[in-house]
Amino acid sequence: MATISDPPSDSFRLSQLIYDTRYRSMTIQVVAFILIMSGLVWLANNTVQNLSALGKDFDFGFLFNRAGYDINQRLIEYSNDSTHGRAAIVGILNTLLVAFLGCIMATILGVFAGVLRLSKNWIVARLMSVYVEGFRNIPLLLWIIVIFAVMTESTPQPRDFRGPDAEASMILFDSVAVTNRGIFIPAPVWGPNSGILIAVFLLSLVAIWAFRRYARKRQEATGDILPVFWVSMALFFVPAVLFYFILGRPVSLNYPELGGFNFTGGIQLRNSLIALWFALSLYTGAFIAEIVRAGILSVSRGQTEASYALGLRPNRTMNLVILPQALRVIIPPLISQYLNLTKNSSLAIAVGYMDVRSTLGGITINQTGRELEGMLLLGLFYLATSLIISGLMNIYNNSVKLKER
Amino acid sequence: MSDTHAESALATAFVRREMLPEKDPPVAEKGVIKWLRENLFSSVANTILTLVSIYVIYWLLSHVLGWMVNGIWDAGSLSECREIRDARYGEGVEVACWAVLTDRWDQLMFGFYPSELYWRPVLALVLFLGAIAPVLYDGLPRKLLAFTAMSPFVLYWLLWGGTIWGPLAVAVGFVVGWVAFRFLTPIIGNLGGTIAAIVVPILYWFFAAGPLAGALGAIAPIGIEFVPSDDFGGFMLAFVIGIAGIILSLPLGIVLALGRQSDLFIINKFSVIFIEVIRGVPLIVWLFTASLLLNYFLPPGSNFDLMLRVIIMVTLFASAYIAEVVRGGLAALPRGQYEGADSLGLDYWQSMRLIILPQALKISIPGIVSTFIGLFKDTTLVVFIGLLDPIGFSNAIRASTDWNGVYWELFIFIGLCFFIACYSMSRYSQYLERKLRTDHR
Repeated sequence: MATISDPPSDSFRLSQLIYDTRYRSMTIQVVAFILIMSGLVWLANNTVQNLSALGKDFDFGFLFNRAGYDINQRLIEYSNDSTHGRAAIVGILNTLLVAFLGCIMATILGVFAGVLRLSKNWIVARLMSVYVEGFRNIPLLLWIIVIFAVMTESTPQPRDFRGPDAEASMILFDSVAVTNRGIFIPAPVWGPNSGILIAVFLLSLVAIWAFRRYARKRQEATGDILPVFWVSMALFFVPAVLFYFILGRPVSLNYPELGGFNFTGGIQLRNSLIALWFALSLYTGAFIAEIVRAGILSVSRGQTEASYALGLRPNRTMNLVILPQALRVIIPPLISQYLNLTKNSSLAIAVGYMDVRSTLGGITINQTGRELEGMLLLGLFYLATSLIISGLMNIYNNSVKLKER
Repeated sequence: MSDTHAESALATAFVRREMLPEKDPPVAEKGVIKWLRENLFSSVANTILTLVSIYVIYWLLSHVLGWMVNGIWDAGSLSECREIRDARYGEGVEVACWAVLTDRWDQLMFGFYPSELYWRPVLALVLFLGAIAPVLYDGLPRKLLAFTAMSPFVLYWLLWGGTIWGPLAVAVGFVVGWVAFRFLTPIIGNLGGTIAAIVVPILYWFFAAGPLAGALGAIAPIGIEFVPSDDFGGFMLAFVIGIAGIILSLPLGIVLALGRQSDLFIINKFSVIFIEVIRGVPLIVWLFTASLLLNYFLPPGSNFDLMLRVIIMVTLFASAYIAEVVRGGLAALPRGQYEGADSLGLDYWQSMRLIILPQALKISIPGIVSTFIGLFKDTTLVVFIGLLDPIGFSNAIRASTDWNGVYWELFIFIGLCFFIACYSMSRYSQYLERKLRTDHR
């Protein structure tokens, strides 16, 4: 006698779609899919109707037309005869430039502030708290505008440098001029043999890398510790300096000089770039400081005590025990701060820095009237950047996370 | 042996028999000096750091303090300010001209809101504080939550004014949804009831709410003066956008987080795409999208208030961030909590409402509050699409002939206001964290 009856065959009833958990999830998903899709179709349909009513089409051809506007800061060749596409690339490079510079400075500031906030020195810890809370609780936009105002209002004009008893003077051995039109720094001039010098420098970098590898292998094999720092320093400086003189000083500096109404020569760092760079770095640095502090605090005190008990010195404890464990906590939020910084660089609009939003998403859109295409490309650029960075972060995260079970 | 004892006893003829009173510690080991030694001068490096910091503080204060304290509060324009300064402190002394704040206070706070109606935003702020009080502090009677639920409609009506029937008709939609859920659930089951509770109000809002409000307005025109969104500005604008975004984005973010954690493939993937796309693009690009493109996506001829568009965009943006924060909270819960909920026989919504979400939200409080702080700070970005927030007004004030050249006073004031708002939010989140900590260590 069968106690378990067979499941009722082909007795599917419509109500099972709602009451039977096997089918219910399908029902919910199908309903959700239909709702979302009809919403999207509604949006697309509206867009098509609106575009046709305005007599517009959907076309990316404008990217290959003449742009006709100037960009004051460019990393690649660009003139107003270039295409809108090239203008967009100039903007993208400008965005990446300020993001790159900002990430470097924000990391340095953040690590310093985070470590100093944990300092035993009361006054330094308080100062760093003021820095962190001040920058975290005030809008970034305000900081950008304030720093831009400092750069333009509190710095001397180029004509103040003129004359025997000038009001302003250049700093760092007459090589850097801080003016309200930007900071002028010396530009390197690459002479005939400078290629060899660069090659030598690159070779010494490779040598440093190889030496560090060798030193680590040797330490693991024999326990001997080589003086890595001093050897690296020597490798870094000695060959480059030697060859600099052997090759007859191939690289010289072109100092900025006051000529006419403005400085000529050298490299001009525009106020807009500097204000954006400093503001982004200081703002993000405050967030990074908190991340670093939390990371260091997350390593339990017992780890320090254990490594002292093993006889490690404090700096070795930091390098070998605390930092590797803290970095696992620090890196993921650090990367998302880099991501935030890159996205926040779109606030360049506040100071007139020509990033991708103001070339592709600003002037190009205004001139061609292609809002839909321009904003789409702009969004895709930021989205692609974000996805690439967070994808890399996930790979890194998986490689350093604790291997459990 | 005994000899030596005797000898040593002789050598130490005196043996103290009573306790000495405790002596004070050495000067360097107590009080201010000890504190200074330990906290400021414990090593050479620390001493250098201390001296450098003291110099930095001195330098900053010596430049700023006099400028701020001697500031002039009573003048009609910058040139007038300078005249008063010359008369009071002599020529060329740098002092702040706070008069710009007293002169333009109304604008910085309310924008172009009609001045005879300032009581409305002020009352709205007071009501808002009253409405969130029972949410923030659980010492208050729970019945006040009913007022909290009504407050969005009251606040909307107070701020924008106009007929009372519009907000009422919208509010009725929620009642309609509740009624549908209550009466349809016994007939068509739980899932059907839930769907009905979502669909019926939406249909009501789309088709019935407008005519209903119109009809009621025609019968009984009750209302107060209407103020268009263009007149909103200053800190009031920042507060309205920020608070609306905060209130609306929290439920949406929780729903998105649940969607992202869901086993249902389609819902999961759509949530992921939504969150990643919104988070991957800067807010400023979304705001430009709202101002340039939103009309393309809506039915031809529909015209949308710019401020409403901004609120929608800010809400969507913040909800994607909240979703990630809440997802972290959901993922941090031990698996056993989910299994416990299942073993009690609770259905999905019950287990979420009673077991999972309370714990997950508790874990995510710091992240949620910092998202809110970010959202509130980001309200300044609306200046780029032509709304006059505090920063927009500071530009406008500087463009006027009276106050051309005033920078720092306005920046300091705006920064201070934002700092107070954001810092108190973060302090509150720390208080909440301590209060909700249920592990006993």
